[in-house]
Parts: sequence; C-alpha cells; structure tokens
Amino acid sequence: MTHLDGNVLAGPLSELFSVDMTVAVGRCIGCGDESVLANAMVYESGPDIVVRCHHCDDVLMTLVQSPADLRVEFRGIAMLTVARSAESR
Amino acid sequence: MTTTAPPALPLPARSVWKVGTVASVRTETPTGRSILIDVPGWGGNLAGQHLDLRLSAPDGYQAVRSYSIASAATGDRIELAVDRLPDGEVSPYLVDDLMVGDEIEIRGPLGGWFVWRTEQTEPVQLIAGGSGIVPLVAMARAHAASGSTARFRLLYSVRSPGDVFFASELASLASPNFEVTWVYTRETPPDWPTPAGRLSPAVLEASTIGASEMPAVFVCGPTGFVESVADWLVALGHPASSVKTERFGGK
Repeated sequence: MTHLDGNVLAGPLSELFSVDMTVAVGRCIGCGDESVLANAMVYESGPDIVVRCHHCDDVLMTLVQSPADLRVEFRGIAMLTVARSAESR
Repeated sequence: MTTTAPPALPLPARSVWKVGTVASVRTETPTGRSILIDVPGWGGNLAGQHLDLRLSAPDGYQAVRSYSIASAATGDRIELAVDRLPDGEVSPYLVDDLMVGDEIEIRGPLGGWFVWRTEQTEPVQLIAGGSGIVPLVAMARAHAASGSTARFRLLYSVRSPGDVFFASELASLASPNFEVTWVYTRETPPDWPTPAGRLSPAVLEASTIGASEMPAVFVCGPTGFVESVADWLVALGHPASSVKTERFGGK
C-alpha cells in the first residue's frame, strides 16, 4: 500500500481535538512549509501512523494507536493554526 | 519515569464508534459494491466527508479503514461504495462477505477539507479515478438536490465501462449544469470515438473547466493518479490552493 494523505487523520485526531484538525494549518520545522494537515503525506502500518511534510518529507507527527491509549509525537510541527468557527469567535 | 494519563473526558459525537446495520447491498462492478447502512444517531453528513470503519476479529485484532461516503443527506442512512483491493485486508470482506443485517462499527462523519458545501457558488471540476468517484458522487448528488446553479463538470477515468460505479445514477444526474466526460484506460464502449488510453495532460486540459474560470477542483482516486493529475492541473494554471485531493492508496 502506498501513502495516503492527511484526510485520514480526521478520525484518530478527533480523539484528541474537539475540532476537525485536517483543516488546521501546520508549519513544518524542517522547511517552513505551511499547509493544511489534509495535504500531508500519511504512511500507515497497522495502528501506527507517520505523517510527513508534503514539501520536504520530514516527519511532522507520529501516532501509535492501542486499545488502551493514543500516543502522539508532534515531532516536526513548529506551529498549528486553527481558524475559529463563527460560534467560537 | 513514566506517567499514566488520567482518563480523558467524553468524546464528541463524531469521534464515538457507533454500530451500523447493513440495509442493502448492490453489485456495482466485478470487484465493487455499494452498501446502504443504517446508523442510529448519524444525523447526516456533508458531501465529500468520510467515515472510519472498524472490523474486529474474534482474537481481538482490529482493522480500521477510512471510506468516503457516497451520500450527502440528513438522517441516519448512509451509502458507501467499496472496491476490492487484491491484497486488501478489509475490502474483500466488505465486497464479498458482508450481508444484509450484519453490523459494523463506524466513526464519523469526518473531514472538513475535501468537502463541497451547497453555499459555494464557483464552478466545480470533479476528477475521479476508479473508486475515487465515491465522494464526488456525493458532491454531484448534493449539487442536484440543493438546486445549486454552480457549474459542475466531472471527468471520470476507469479501466472499462464495466468498472463504473453508480453508472445509472451519473447518467440521471447529467444536465446542462453537470457534464460528464469519460476516460477509458483499457477498454472502451463499442463505437467509441477515441481508443482506450490513460488520461493525459492534453485530454485533461480539453475536458475540464479552465483555470481562468477559477473552479474549485476535487481529485480523488489511487494515490498515483491523484498526484499526477494534481501536478498537471497546477501546470495548467490552477492555483494549488484550488485543487483539493483525496488519495485512496493503491497504485
């Protein structure tokens, strides 16, 4: 199986964040690229997910999913920007 | 020293696993089928959203896959369409074994990026490879149901006429406001004016809304197809921010 994209992060990240994070803009520590997480390259191996910058391929985050917990490393994200919805302004 | 995290707070509704019951199944292609599922508490979804589907084996092994939703309605009934991957772990079960009355676990609706909202007024270019048509059918359905006057075009690339998902539905949705262009890569219908062949930049340019009209573009299908098409679209002048992509894996 080849790689997917950040759209598939919607489900796993919904356990961590109250808003949809695929539309959050992440800034890559490695190259400075700023893109929505939906555009990141995603590599899945069973319950393990590696998220890479679509521009420079550096690892942005990793997720390890088990029945007991969800472990996330924000390895390569310098900043995440989440636009406010009308209700949260 | 490791720290054990305290139990988390209750999750939002879309994050909770719900049980869906298969209401009906329909063969779409030699390797694919569409599935209607009743999910109490679903409440509806936007066109283009997906869900996560979880299968559990008796030994406790679980597999989770994301599937785009072909429907875009309110209410608790949703439609999926699944193509059997040759080395798939979940798709063979969904295409060959799943029966009416079976229960499956579902999480969603998910995703706010690869979505078309009925309030959008700009022209829309949909580009599908194989089973990538699924979220785009949802957009075409939402477009028709809402009475939107936005101009829609669909370019659908398939191996052969028999590999088309939702063939009769797409035919019925065709209108002055929704034009479908077919690309057959291995076998064409009888008396087809062009020989079978892969989508090319030239065919892409000739059969899609031009960059000067500033369409919103949605590309979905196998990863290789999506990335090639997205690159060609940018080369044709579409801003990268106007081209939204959803990769289904595969080749």
